[in-house]
Amino acid sequence: MNIVVLVKQVPDTAAERTLSEADHTLDRENADLVLDEINERAAEEALTLKETAGAEVTVVSMGPDSALDAIRKVLAMGADRGIHICDDRLRGADLVTTAKVLAAAVRTVKDVALVLAGNATTDGQSSAVPAIVADLLGLPQLTHARELTVDAGRVRAERETDNGEATLDAPLPALVSVTEKINEPRYPSFKGIMAAKKKPVETVGLDDLFPDADGTGLLTTRTHVVEAVPRPARGVGIRVTDDGSAGRRLVDYLIAQKLV
Amino acid sequence: MPDVLVLVDHDGARVHKSTYELLTGARRLGDPAAVVVGTPGTAARLKDPLARHGATSVYAAESPEADEFLSTPAVDALEIAVREVSPAAVLVSATTDGKEVAGRLAARLDAGLLVDAVDVDPAGVATQVVFGGSYTVRSQVTHGLPVIAVRPGSFEPEERPVNAGERQLALPPVGRAASARITARRAVLAGDRPELTGATVVVSGGRGVGGADGFKVVEELADVLGGAVGASRAAVDAGYYPHQYQVGQTGKSVSPQLYIALGISGAIQHLAGMQTSKTIVAVNKDPEAPILDLADYAVVGDLFAVAPQLAREVAARREAG
Ligand SMILES: Cc1cc2nc3c(=O)[nH]c(=O)nc-3n(C[C@H](O)[C@H](O)[C@H](O)COP(=O)(O)OP(=O)(O)OC[C@H]3O[C@@H](n4cnc5c(N)ncnc54)[C@H](O)[C@@H]3O)c2cc1C
Repeated sequence: MNIVVLVKQVPDTAAERTLSEADHTLDRENADLVLDEINERAAEEALTLKETAGAEVTVVSMGPDSALDAIRKVLAMGADRGIHICDDRLRGADLVTTAKVLAAAVRTVKDVALVLAGNATTDGQSSAVPAIVADLLGLPQLTHARELTVDAGRVRAERETDNGEATLDAPLPALVSVTEKINEPRYPSFKGIMAAKKKPVETVGLDDLFPDADGTGLLTTRTHVVEAVPRPARGVGIRVTDDGSAGRRLVDYLIAQKLV
Repeated sequence: MPDVLVLVDHDGARVHKSTYELLTGARRLGDPAAVVVGTPGTAARLKDPLARHGATSVYAAESPEADEFLSTPAVDALEIAVREVSPAAVLVSATTDGKEVAGRLAARLDAGLLVDAVDVDPAGVATQVVFGGSYTVRSQVTHGLPVIAVRPGSFEPEERPVNAGERQLALPPVGRAASARITARRAVLAGDRPELTGATVVVSGGRGVGGADGFKVVEELADVLGGAVGASRAAVDAGYYPHQYQVGQTGKSVSPQLYIALGISGAIQHLAGMQTSKTIVAVNKDPEAPILDLADYAVVGDLFAVAPQLAREVAARREAG
């Protein structure tokens, strides 16, 4: 069984994230970049399947040179090979382009049974990319899975969203996106980190993935940011130390604000 | 005026409020046209309330298996509707399902996709709040049809009765190999409390609440205020409260009129889900807790003293009239 895991490198949410003045894209130079934590769980799920059912795991990431670190991390966790999609023309790519490029990279892997992804990354949070990749590849989407079973050519998932919970079932090949509740990702071992250095990583660009594209077929953006303004910091508020009456005083405030 | 397609969110019997909001937003761009995807008979059941909220057309995309498969029937229906009526835009609610439907549709149509809009102007420019509320961004579709996923709560639903025309759209059979079948559904037990993302008041508890039992204090305050209950990730991870109530970066984004944080330190990932709230109240016994600096009203104190007193006082004042 061949499994492809889609991962993304994102700015660490613990650090401040800024948009560049010039083109309103993420200012990567000033960000601390890490492997997105939910993607890490998708990788963990792939590696568990590798151990229980036997699989070759390919990790795919689109991003600048630094994205190689994210790929190496998943290789260190135990994945077998990597594909790094790196092309300057992909800077600021929108969701649809991103999904088209990822889908094209998945197509380069033979006999894929399962594509795994995180349900959302902490930077974009649109959580639409996995479903789009599934559509483009003609695969069933089993998204937002907090539990996953692969067995006898079928995949089952427990889906958890704002609309409630559902059990999903589909034949393989399929695409599954996982939520942060699905597992606890392993740490790469020292041995894993050393082994990862020798594992093959193929670097590809748009011309490799779309050899026949005439340039117009693959617009890298369909949307344009007209304006980006930092939200004003919240003003300093009222501060009280409870002397036994804070609850009562708070009610006066809430009434004055017409909140109760 | 051209149609603006609105995907109807419904449970088979009732239209969700978020759809009425979309109809309000759609009017800025053209004639709102509601697309109902469901089993046969659904559109007829939903037509009146949709027309009452301004849907000038109701397109019925019905088939016996429409409810059985995840997202695909909705994507197919919208794709067919777009090809038949050439709308000015497509609006869907930015729920988990809605965002996926919008994305798949945009890819099939090579359309421009804007997700999580909180406002849309008559020129089709959408406002989005990104990075957990640290930036406001205005974006426009430059290529293809605008497909916009609008955050629930962004528009006020309006009653605007019209006579709705009706039309059937033939849904193709769902491809078994390319669609996931829904074999069971369980509604989230919301109880009597409002839904977290649309609530006007949210009371959230963090690790400081100390345990599942301690969350009763949070629930009691939420109930007097008619609010929803939220939780920090630390509280969820510790098993104090179920996962679907997590507010923040990897949980839900909420933007209520009033957000009350009890025993929450205010990590940046928590703030990402609530800092667009209109008024923020925080109770924390550590004077250094970062959330106190963000709050409009910060109480340095023990939540087990402050929250119950607040709840009692609100109830008492109400009774006093
Ligand atoms: C990638 C990533 C994503 C994340 N996503 C989220 C997310 O979506 N949502 C989220 O919330 N977190 C998220 N986190 C976790 C986040 O970093 C914090 O760990 C978490 O928010 C802390 O929760 P807390 O404030 O409840 O707990 P703590 O930080 O432990 O704070 C507890 C607070 O309670 C106070 N306290 C204790 N007892 C009392 C009392 N009796 N009365 C009053 N105050 C009291 C303490 O002073 C303390 O400030 C994420 C982290 C990462 C790395």
